Amino acid sequence: MSFKPLTIITSKTLVLQAANIDTDQIMPAKFLSMTTKAGLGEHVFANLRYGPDGELTDHTLNSEAGKACEILVAGHNFGCGSSREHAPWGLTDYGFRVVISSEIADIFRSNSLKNGLLPIVIEKSAHQWLLDHPGEEVTVDLKTCELRLPKNGGSYKFSVDSFSRHCLMEGLDEMGYLLGQDAAITEFEARHG
Amino acid sequence: MPKTLFDKVWARHIVTPETATHPAVFYIDLHLIHEVTSPQAFTALKERSLTVRRPDRTLATIDHSTPTKINSDGSRPYVTAQAERQVQTLLGNTRAHGIETHGWESENRGIVHVMGPELGATQPGMSIVCGDSHTSTHGAFGAIAFGIGTTQVGHVLATQTILMRKPKTMAIHVNGELGAGITPKDVILHIIAEIGVGGGTGYALEYRGNVFEDMSMDGRMTVCNMSIEAGARCGMIAPDEVTFNYIKGRKFAPKDYAAACEDWRSLRTDNGAVFDKEVRIKAEDIKPMVTYGTHPGMGIAIDNFIPKAGTKADQAALDYMRLSSGAAIAGTRADKVFIGSCTNSRLDDLRAAAALLKGQTVTIETIIVPGSALIKAQAEAEGLDAIFTAAGAQWREAGCSMCLGMNGDIGTPGDLVVSTSNRNFMGRQGPGVRTVLASPETAAASAITGVITDPRKIGEAA
Repeated sequence: MSFKPLTIITSKTLVLQAANIDTDQIMPAKFLSMTTKAGLGEHVFANLRYGPDGELTDHTLNSEAGKACEILVAGHNFGCGSSREHAPWGLTDYGFRVVISSEIADIFRSNSLKNGLLPIVIEKSAHQWLLDHPGEEVTVDLKTCELRLPKNGGSYKFSVDSFSRHCLMEGLDEMGYLLGQDAAITEFEARHG
Repeated sequence: MPKTLFDKVWARHIVTPETATHPAVFYIDLHLIHEVTSPQAFTALKERSLTVRRPDRTLATIDHSTPTKINSDGSRPYVTAQAERQVQTLLGNTRAHGIETHGWESENRGIVHVMGPELGATQPGMSIVCGDSHTSTHGAFGAIAFGIGTTQVGHVLATQTILMRKPKTMAIHVNGELGAGITPKDVILHIIAEIGVGGGTGYALEYRGNVFEDMSMDGRMTVCNMSIEAGARCGMIAPDEVTFNYIKGRKFAPKDYAAACEDWRSLRTDNGAVFDKEVRIKAEDIKPMVTYGTHPGMGIAIDNFIPKAGTKADQAALDYMRLSSGAAIAGTRADKVFIGSCTNSRLDDLRAAAALLKGQTVTIETIIVPGSALIKAQAEAEGLDAIFTAAGAQWREAGCSMCLGMNGDIGTPGDLVVSTSNRNFMGRQGPGVRTVLASPETAAASAITGVITDPRKIGEAA
């Protein structure tokens, strides 16, 4: 599977203040019985977006303005818990291309990078500014690995694994690269047993 | 140069070393799969006309979406038709690719992290992955074992490798003497409360010290299982005679066992090896632990009071749990008890629960779900099921069940569930359900009294 290349994203932010948003909250378990990836954007953050009888809540995620946001800003330690890739599938299907926090859980970060969703861990002051200013238009530049805040808020460097960055910018997945390692894998297997 | 256990096992699996521009190509010895996180990976294979490179290094079972009850006509009450389709999809995919699968008819079917060790497939020095974050469980055998997403499940199916950078290492030392009635679950909940729910992010953990050396394999698996609840993808314990005795005679145990043990004995952190971080905990400081909030780091000793909320997030957690700062956690009314999950569904856990429930009656709904069909049979051979049912608890078929509630085993909104599982996230056991994580002992004691109860107090004069 490939995805749309990601280089520069300029978008208003959608902010979820809570810390430790786990992948159960991003994609509740009852939506994990799907055997495809299609349509998971409808279920992302279902417990925030739908009431007990399935009615829409007034959460920002349900607003037109929210749906136009490509950048999600969330509290510390976003994406902890379950390894379900349904979480980034849901986020990208909803329309997010970037998620920013002061800490992002390992498995979620790895899964995001494989689906065209850029996880950015940013320093605390910039993170706090973003939490305090929901809906501001910010720019994420993957070419320079910079987050630019509006109103002379300055720019902040972030780091991304170089290979993941290359894949994101080219819209490539890793399978092609691993298949290209076939000779090395065969040689390893002969040695390793 | 002295090496850590992690360094040694890592080095054994490098196909292509990492560079500034590329992560390492890391070889996978054992790939465990289940119905929830594999279907889209098999689809990805099909789209590229790829095959499974090493079906002989792949093992499958069904556990997450499977009902834990059987209808009177012998049929299985799946929560939805989609859940049944998901199980059928797994069975169809593994049949098509020649992967050994432990389905309904297998005596080893069960939670994937219970099954691997039971079959002897989990061994020291291995690299093990599964599309499930609790794959860290297998680290109890001195393996590097961690959860991956579905895209990487596809990579492993097709190439038996993944791309990965080496994580940092953290040693967690627990030495001293545990108090009477302190369980492995209490030890790991104490550790997570100490280092924090994100404290292990970016690290591979090694649990070190006499407390872990003195544990059974069941106990070590409980500890390693919850490494991910501190943010660490994997947690390991150096293999020893306890490990070797556990694996001996199991289906996949190495044929030349003496030679295998000889090799495994080298899998220990060398004296002088340097970890990126070290944490030291005194065994004497650990008490029976329960959680009071909405992530596993929010744990306190059962005789303690609920702490003051330091942040808005902490207050939101207390509001969700309907608990107040300053109140005692013991004595809080409970509505249900769940004993099971890849954390606490093994024979040690069931024996501990049975020891408390023997001759007693549960006063709230109590669901006991063994980790595998084999554990179910072993427990029944020991008469544990008779103790449970005589006490009024429900004895179910093996599976993940109420740990994540995917199969329909959930609480009703507002329920407080004392649960031996691993996550107390909001809504994990059903919308509005409040989860309190605890040991099997604490869960069983609470089942008897109907309130959160220190198991050490059961049997004392009232």
